[in-house]
Amino acid sequence: MNQRIFAGFLIVGVVMFAIAPVYIARAPYESTMGLIQKIFYFHVPAWFVMFSAVFISGIFSAVYLFKQKPVADRIAFAAAEIAVLFGVIGLITGPLWARKSWGVWWQWDARLTMALILEMIFCAYLLLRRYGGPGSDKLAAGLALFGLANVPFVYISVNVWRTIHPATSVVPQLAASAPGMFGPFVWCTISFFVLFFVMLMTRIRLEEQRAEVERLHLIVEKG
Amino acid sequence: MVGLLVNTAAIVVLGSEQPPAQEEFIPIDQLPPEDQLPAAPLLITAYAIVWIVVFVYLWSIWRRLLVVEREVSELSRRADGDEESRS
Repeated sequence: MNQRIFAGFLIVGVVMFAIAPVYIARAPYESTMGLIQKIFYFHVPAWFVMFSAVFISGIFSAVYLFKQKPVADRIAFAAAEIAVLFGVIGLITGPLWARKSWGVWWQWDARLTMALILEMIFCAYLLLRRYGGPGSDKLAAGLALFGLANVPFVYISVNVWRTIHPATSVVPQLAASAPGMFGPFVWCTISFFVLFFVMLMTRIRLEEQRAEVERLHLIVEKG
Repeated sequence: MVGLLVNTAAIVVLGSEQPPAQEEFIPIDQLPPEDQLPAAPLLITAYAIVWIVVFVYLWSIWRRLLVVEREVSELSRRADGDEESRS
């Protein structure tokens, strides 16, 4: 990617991320939870980005498995690492919110448990890539497909099973039910996605350069 | 008749043992201060963690990329040198 365009995205992402707390502070308080509900503005976009990263990783893993294209494997690996990162953010901010609003740090209900399993699948993916040795790329790609298959269950779990977590209807109805919260939420979501794009592009570049190192090592050793 | 008396007595005894029913829901901001959990430290912790995680990760990718790019340029120089010496 053109370096100027990349730098532009990086600046936009960082500036949006830096301004986000101002918008969040100005957003109205939720009537029952009060101040603690403002974790919502980082917690929900973090999961949106996590699911997107899982989606990208899963799709490109399938491409790698069926078409054997190394570039697809690099994209899948890069996206998997970012999925773990944003999953960690979601799994830390969630219990901090729950401690105040539910009275407990953690609840083993369907949504939380499945989100934890999804995170663990992608931690396993990274461990496999790091320590799995030859052939681990294909095993990891299979694992990413399982992770991708888990996403719809995580998303709909709150609608199917009785759970303490709010239903999926909160965000789609936010513009109508709480317009004052909708603007800051969209701002935070866009800033998270811009950062995600920057991270993904940089991480893919890192994988490309690693492949180049391997290629050059072979040339130098032959020479 | 005896059964009715036993049942009535049982209801009276059980009724007297039950705890009094809760009158109404108590909003969290009306709880005594010792039962309330402050929200601000949890909120600040959450935001601080997000900021730290994001910027540490950006810094980590940048560092890794610098190391690998340095290695690429070093290996490219060596590969070019080998080609020149052969020709």
